[in-house]
Amino acid sequence: MERILEQIPRFFTFRNMELLLEAAGMTLAITSVGCIIGFGLAFVLVYLRQTPGKWAAPLRFLCIAYVEIFRRIPFLVVIYLVLFFIQAFIADASLFTIAVIAICTYAIAYTAEIIRGGLESVPREQVEAARAMNLSRFQTTTQIVLPQAWPVIIPPAIAFAVSFIKDTALVSQIGVFELTFRGKELNNQGYSGILVFGTIAMCYFAISYPLTRYGQHLETRLATSRGRRSARKLRRT
Amino acid sequence: MPHLAVEDLRASYGALEVLRGISFSVEKGELVALVGPSGSGKSTVLRVLMALNPPSSGRVQIDDISIDYGKSGSVRAARDRMAVVFQQYNLFQNMNVMDNVTLAPRKIKKWPVAEVEENARALLAKVGLTDKHDAYPDELSGGQQQRVAIARALALKPEILLLDEVTSALDPELVNEVLDTIGELAADGMTMILVSHEMGFVREVASRVIMMDAGEIIETGTPAELFDAPKSQRAKQFFSKVLRH
Amino acid sequence: MNYTFQYGVVWRDFDVLIDGALLTFQLGVMSFWGGALIGLFCAAVKTYGQRVFGILVDFYVVFITNTPALIQIYFLYFGLPEIGIRWSGELCVVIGLTLNAGAYLTLIMRAGFLSVRRTELEAAETIGMSRLQQIRFVIVPHIAKTIYPALANFFIVILVMGTSIGAIIGVDELTGQAINLSTVNYRWLEYFTIAALMYVVLTFIASIGLALLGRWAFRVKAKVF
Repeated sequence: MERILEQIPRFFTFRNMELLLEAAGMTLAITSVGCIIGFGLAFVLVYLRQTPGKWAAPLRFLCIAYVEIFRRIPFLVVIYLVLFFIQAFIADASLFTIAVIAICTYAIAYTAEIIRGGLESVPREQVEAARAMNLSRFQTTTQIVLPQAWPVIIPPAIAFAVSFIKDTALVSQIGVFELTFRGKELNNQGYSGILVFGTIAMCYFAISYPLTRYGQHLETRLATSRGRRSARKLRRT
Repeated sequence: MPHLAVEDLRASYGALEVLRGISFSVEKGELVALVGPSGSGKSTVLRVLMALNPPSSGRVQIDDISIDYGKSGSVRAARDRMAVVFQQYNLFQNMNVMDNVTLAPRKIKKWPVAEVEENARALLAKVGLTDKHDAYPDELSGGQQQRVAIARALALKPEILLLDEVTSALDPELVNEVLDTIGELAADGMTMILVSHEMGFVREVASRVIMMDAGEIIETGTPAELFDAPKSQRAKQFFSKVLRH
Repeated sequence: MNYTFQYGVVWRDFDVLIDGALLTFQLGVMSFWGGALIGLFCAAVKTYGQRVFGILVDFYVVFITNTPALIQIYFLYFGLPEIGIRWSGELCVVIGLTLNAGAYLTLIMRAGFLSVRRTELEAAETIGMSRLQQIRFVIVPHIAKTIYPALANFFIVILVMGTSIGAIIGVDELTGQAINLSTVNYRWLEYFTIAALMYVVLTFIASIGLALLGRWAFRVKAKVF
């Protein structure tokens, strides 16, 4: 206990705090880049999954299999798989790239389900009306379905990304300079584990808590704005 | 040659055969009404014509073009010549009235924007909604929405307009505003196929009436022929029920 | 582009991986049940207890759910020895995951408690049920039905995301065994693809078991997919 107290002034130096801030930036960077790319690719996956016709059955199967399999593999295993797979074929891929690809691989599987739920929440009649006017499947999705699905998709997608900030701690295993890796480094330099990991936990908390609250706020706002719209509708008819 | 010819059209939902060999034709400028008890397959005829449900067999011909519902090019051609108005209006909830009406003419027909907008304004004036261009569907009453839906269908300049129980979802006091619009279209010589339960209206405007039951056509004739002197037993039963009031 | 896959060695070590999978399952079950007890207790305190204790529960939940499970386990594994508490890797994982799961399960169970409607209890009272009978026949079945799908889903999360953290502090569960074996002969991709497939199989077995259990015990339809 005295050791911890005695270490405090040495630990909270400007240099160390700068390192932690940088590391927090890295945590945020890999999470947001990975999740945003993953979110985009998840749209493609869902779109392919909804391809009609007999010839597309294998394609639909692959899309379903991707989601089902990656939701059932630990993120840590995905990280190792991506790391060794990429290193087996590309010698000089940066750790940042590998971490982003691993996050992306995982985010696709989770956000695909969110997106599918959102798209399916739009009444089928809207699609029929569009198809009857000769809008293509792509036009129907982008012009009619997606604009109506956003309020259903966005809150859980943000909740996923925010929650995933914590899971990215696992990429410290392959040596990406993010928060957890810095923590282990400082611990190895002889700083107290309680002090270091307590501080790192607070760093995650400082990032995660406000974003979680913002996500909840967004969810209620979108829910009430839709509620208002349907209330207005009830009054008019 | 009839404008639209349907021959031995069949369709199924799973194991249930909902259309069991339907044949009829529509001449240019005619208003043909499909009537019959619910579940008789009237709406399915329109859905199959618009390729929203696939037919299992049969022939559909518009003028001299035969439609193959298995081919996307042919389906596009069918949808290019016909437009449909749905029972539940199905206006695009994310677009205002003007965008609902002009979307397909701009993006699909690729007509010049100025012309499309002028035509849309004229159509909205015709259905009595001059002041609602910027309103969203959920800000309109059911009757107003249905009139927008009619304007949206007409904006595509279809050769044949299909109307699928367009007044069934409306409150009674809003029914007439929509029927008046359809009556005007009939007077203008628009070719229409109308699925309806409004027997009074059908009698007034239809050139011919087709009575369906259980996926088959029971009887065809002018409104007077069918309503006043139905030949078959099933038609007699049906009309005695719906015309009692 | 000259990597050749050699799965022969992996099959030789298959029984080691199976041992790892069994440990994964054990860690998952223990943490889940521990967490479920904490969750039930905290949710009950939050619903029926004094406000002060409710606030304490809030602190616990908010803190745990906003920090990584990995850091929580590091804290136990690297931090606690400094104040004289030395736990094995396995124990740190189980305790860490239990505390972690407890917070998430508090949220799930709390939603269950809140879903019991006043009217149902009044109905139970009017037909002359005792408090205990109300709990046995009305409250518990109702809560179970409401939250069972969420619980089943969370068990899979713990089983997959949770237990694999153990590998990082040297616990020989499935991921840990894959690391151990592949450091010997460098067939990383082979071991990890097989381990990944074993996770898929393990969670499918768990999902099917939970779906059957749910149908049998609570008449809920939990989805396998």
